[in-house]
Amino acid sequence: MQDFEYRAPRTLSEAVALMAEKGEVARVLAGGTDILVQLRGGRRRVERIVDVKHVPELNEMTFSRESGLVLGAAVPCYLLYQNPEVAQAYPGIMDAASMIGGIQIQGRASVGGNLCNAAPSADAIPPLIVHGATCAIAGPQGTREIAVEEFCTAPGRNVLEDGELLVSMRIPAPADGSAGRYLRFIPRNEMDIAVAGVGSWVQLSQDNRSFVSARVALASVAPTPLFVEEAGARLAGREVNKEAIEDAAQAAMDAARPISDMRGTIQQRRHLVGVLTRRTLEGAIARATN
Amino acid sequence: MATTTEVSSSEYNVVGTRPIRHDGTEKVTGRARYSADIQLPGLLHGRVLRSPHAHARILSMDVSKAEALAGVKAVVTSADFAKPSGRVSDLTEGAIHNMGFMANNVMAGDKALYKGHAVAAVAATSPHVAEEALGLIEVQYEVLPPVLTLEVAMKDDAPVLHERLKSLANPGLRPGGLMDDDDTGESTNIANHFVFESGDIEQGFKEADVVVEREFDTASVHQGYIEPHAATAVWNADGNITIWCSSQGQFAMRDQTARLVGVPVSKIKVIPMEIGGGFGGKTIVYLEPVAAALAKKSGQPVKVAMSRSDVFQGTGPTSGTHIRVKMGANKQGKITAVDATLAYESGAFPGSPAIPGSLCMLSAYEVENARVEGYDVVVNKPKAAAYRAPGSPASAFAAESVIDEVAGKLGIDPVEFRMLNGATEGTRRINGVRLPRIGYMELLRAAKDHPHYSAPLEGPNRGRGFATGFWGNGTGPASAVASVNSDGSVSLVEGSPDIGGNRVALAMQFAEVLGIAAEDVKPAIGDTDSVGFTSNTGGSGATFKSGWACYEAAHDIKRQLIERAAKIWEATPEDVSYTDGVLTHNSDPELKLTFRQIAARLNATGGPISGRGNVNPRGQGPATAGCIVDVEVDPDTGKVDILRFTILQDIGKAIHPSYVEGQMQGGAVQGIGWALNEEYVYNDRGEMTNSSFLDYRMPTSLDLPMIDTVMVEVPNPGHPFGMKGVGEVAIVPPMPAIANAIHDAIGIRMTSLPMSPGNILEAIWSQEENGKA
Amino acid sequence: MAKKAHIETTINGEQVEYLCEPRQSLLEVLRDVLEMTGTKEGCNDGNCGACTVVMDGRIVNSCLVLGVEAEGANIETIEGVATPESLHPLQQSFLQNAALQCGICTPGFILASKALLEREPDPGEERVRHWLAGNLCRCTGYDKIVKAVLEAADVLEVKG
Repeated sequence: MQDFEYRAPRTLSEAVALMAEKGEVARVLAGGTDILVQLRGGRRRVERIVDVKHVPELNEMTFSRESGLVLGAAVPCYLLYQNPEVAQAYPGIMDAASMIGGIQIQGRASVGGNLCNAAPSADAIPPLIVHGATCAIAGPQGTREIAVEEFCTAPGRNVLEDGELLVSMRIPAPADGSAGRYLRFIPRNEMDIAVAGVGSWVQLSQDNRSFVSARVALASVAPTPLFVEEAGARLAGREVNKEAIEDAAQAAMDAARPISDMRGTIQQRRHLVGVLTRRTLEGAIARATN
Repeated sequence: MATTTEVSSSEYNVVGTRPIRHDGTEKVTGRARYSADIQLPGLLHGRVLRSPHAHARILSMDVSKAEALAGVKAVVTSADFAKPSGRVSDLTEGAIHNMGFMANNVMAGDKALYKGHAVAAVAATSPHVAEEALGLIEVQYEVLPPVLTLEVAMKDDAPVLHERLKSLANPGLRPGGLMDDDDTGESTNIANHFVFESGDIEQGFKEADVVVEREFDTASVHQGYIEPHAATAVWNADGNITIWCSSQGQFAMRDQTARLVGVPVSKIKVIPMEIGGGFGGKTIVYLEPVAAALAKKSGQPVKVAMSRSDVFQGTGPTSGTHIRVKMGANKQGKITAVDATLAYESGAFPGSPAIPGSLCMLSAYEVENARVEGYDVVVNKPKAAAYRAPGSPASAFAAESVIDEVAGKLGIDPVEFRMLNGATEGTRRINGVRLPRIGYMELLRAAKDHPHYSAPLEGPNRGRGFATGFWGNGTGPASAVASVNSDGSVSLVEGSPDIGGNRVALAMQFAEVLGIAAEDVKPAIGDTDSVGFTSNTGGSGATFKSGWACYEAAHDIKRQLIERAAKIWEATPEDVSYTDGVLTHNSDPELKLTFRQIAARLNATGGPISGRGNVNPRGQGPATAGCIVDVEVDPDTGKVDILRFTILQDIGKAIHPSYVEGQMQGGAVQGIGWALNEEYVYNDRGEMTNSSFLDYRMPTSLDLPMIDTVMVEVPNPGHPFGMKGVGEVAIVPPMPAIANAIHDAIGIRMTSLPMSPGNILEAIWSQEENGKA
Repeated sequence: MAKKAHIETTINGEQVEYLCEPRQSLLEVLRDVLEMTGTKEGCNDGNCGACTVVMDGRIVNSCLVLGVEAEGANIETIEGVATPESLHPLQQSFLQNAALQCGICTPGFILASKALLEREPDPGEERVRHWLAGNLCRCTGYDKIVKAVLEAADVLEVKG
């Protein structure tokens, strides 16, 4: 592995300063499960690694039924699913947190890291998008906040400017009668990269018979995780039935822009988007009605 | 430690029981030392530079910048190795390796023949510095068009990998070779092309009521051992070399390294470390000569280790294949003729398992009329290495799929169809060799009677499949020495690296002869200076051949103990008998000495006793296996779930039943991985794109059910305890059994491996298309 | 080259100090600096679990942890599982069930299984298979490993 400098700041301002000083050759280390593999494989070069696990803001996890969840960017996956309140409030995000890597990876990898790594296949991003999550970003110029669906810009690239880092994600309080579901398709049952992934979130009417609103987002079928607004639009206000779900699945398939690679072909991926959209909507509906 | 006894074990005291393995505690506490665990004062770390191109001429190499990097102590290239001849005329019939090709594989000469082919190596004070130095070596390549498929390689106008490769027509000469200097023949990529024939296939097909012909493809797969290759060498000023490495044979490592660094074998001592899996892939050298050359140049100990990606790209997978099978059978269910063509990719150098694949394909059956034609073809991929029952899985995938289809068309139960055609003692294999006593028919009967075979299987998209496999099993020279200790234990030194529990199985055979407990034997695997030559732990041969050596060594001790007791009792040896660990005076039964008692008296009564066994036994007996598998196919995603799996195997006699089961389960699961997801994925530049455990998808615990085992014990007449090799054959039947189960589930016959979700979806779609048409 | 860092940490209950380069992984530190070679390298990219150690109560792949990150941490490796008097019930169960063949993956499996049983004393087969999915074994087909873990759970429950 290439040589680099390691710094472990204790405050956010110190972290920002360390990042800003080195610009694009500085890189954040949280769980390390992506960055260390990339450095070892020579796929990324850095001069400075900034370990943010001692910065309080990045390790925050506060939840209330009223204001929702603030999830520090460095909080490892297991802390999410180990928290019954959070797990119950955001089952769609838990689906992803409990399928990233194996148990060992989940002991280190963070949802924020999954987001910053900006892989098209990132499992955590579609459920964040469908839950309406936003990103709190800190940098030399101060802080800003953007929607998760706007965070990734290309495979492995995101909106962070030199010196900026992701502090936390804010996930709105779960609305009554709402729930999410994330599923991916992989050839094995664990330890794989999604051939295709779909996150769905629905809010149902009090009688559970119609959609108040819905959101669908996709993984592994575009250069970035993809929010499919049209799929949700086709469901809002409609009765919960097979036709509506099929309509949304079609919208998701139409929106997918997959490529063929060793993990799947265009045709297979688009087809899987349809299958998984149906399955995740059904799953989200089942959760929302419970 | 507790020894649990098998309920059914009666004839033996130790054989058939399940003692705790002798090396177990070291392995569960992390104390056992594997190849990369060696630490020495002044140890340097070596790394290998590998070709980024699948096919390229090496025009020049400049290592000066690497040598100048602080911390770098040595750089080697092919100029630092010996150059054994690669000519056919220098090989002997039955040769396993061509040392010229092996030298070229260990370090490329004027051409890089696959992506990952070693071209140079560096030793430095840390692995990181060594890696940095690799980046400073400047290699000028002339990139050539890569030859990546059998189809392309076999064309007359294909680019050739080797300028002087001789095309053989000799199934007795597997490693292939180069032409003599005065040979004016054309070079080719077809290293070997042979035909086995028996009977009259034209007549046989005329007699058939049903004929099925299909073509099959299988992708390259890797052995997937968890321990990457590593080797550490010291080269002393007096020319003596010590090498620590894990391998399937310390003697093979010694002998191959000696040829590649140009020293006599006596100059090299190989110390076998524990081996973290091999499955055939650790039978040839990759790093040992490199570590030695770096040690010589630097004057310091050097440890060279591979990364996982190096392992995938630089060490042997097994061959990708293309196989055509045409089979005819009559209404009575008798196979009347088989015509088959098998082409195996050997990788960059000749020597694929096309020969054993062709020989095993029909060996479990009595087939009067058959023609089996084989090709060994070089392509720009890593040189194929042995992998568990080399060659047989691919040919069985083809033949056993066709058998399933033929049986289906005839309306005959697939197990019964095999019974109608099954081989027994005396059946001739296609090369004319008659089979010894085998347990294939008993295995089929056990399958038919197994509750799994008749259990109800309900629900949509579920299916059951059955298939069998054959493997010839190997043997070879083996050696053991044993010394009796004063406390009644015996230190046993044998020559077979322990790849999956054979150490305990050898100690048990030794203990059985002497009537002592397995726990009273202290087995160790000797280095090349402490035990006689022993061939590789491979071909399912270690427990057989080294078992024979241990059996002989124990008998040697027994003879000496009888003589010693006779001396003590002032009797003749004929007056003394030895039963169950007790020496008795035949005419004065009051005179008794237990093994423990006499062991304590050896030094005072004439000196220590040691025994030896040096063998090259025949009679290993071939192995057969079968499996019953239930699957569920998700028609929306193409994913196959294994619901239930039973593996049956003709094992002779289980020495240690737990480790026999372990071999069966492990082989079966490697077969499941091969069937469903494992494959080398190449892009059109010949680069493997999935050289990690993330994308080379071996089964995880979550992908599998329990693997039920049925050990069919039909004693092998070629072994004193009736055992036979059990290590390999279980990998053979899973691929066709799963294919047959998928056919049963969704009516689609998969003819390509892997049967991955993507490939199954494509097959479902293509069937729907055809349905519409 | 970046200076070596001086790290103080706790390994198997003992205070340990070492020097390491920032680029050295915890796995390299354990094996090459501290010569604790019981932790194995299988892939060096987090996909096989052979290098599993417990760090502050969680199992992690030590190949994906930097040595410098261990500052102030509490680490448990395979060398700390048995006591001088006896093997851990899991180790005993692996032996009795013949749950290892080559043994290279065994330290990782034992640490992962131990972490599971400490958290969930009575897991079913499916849970064991799920928990261990990050540990690859190529020899056994997992059957005997899963049985060994389930049996050790029973033993620990009786003892507990």
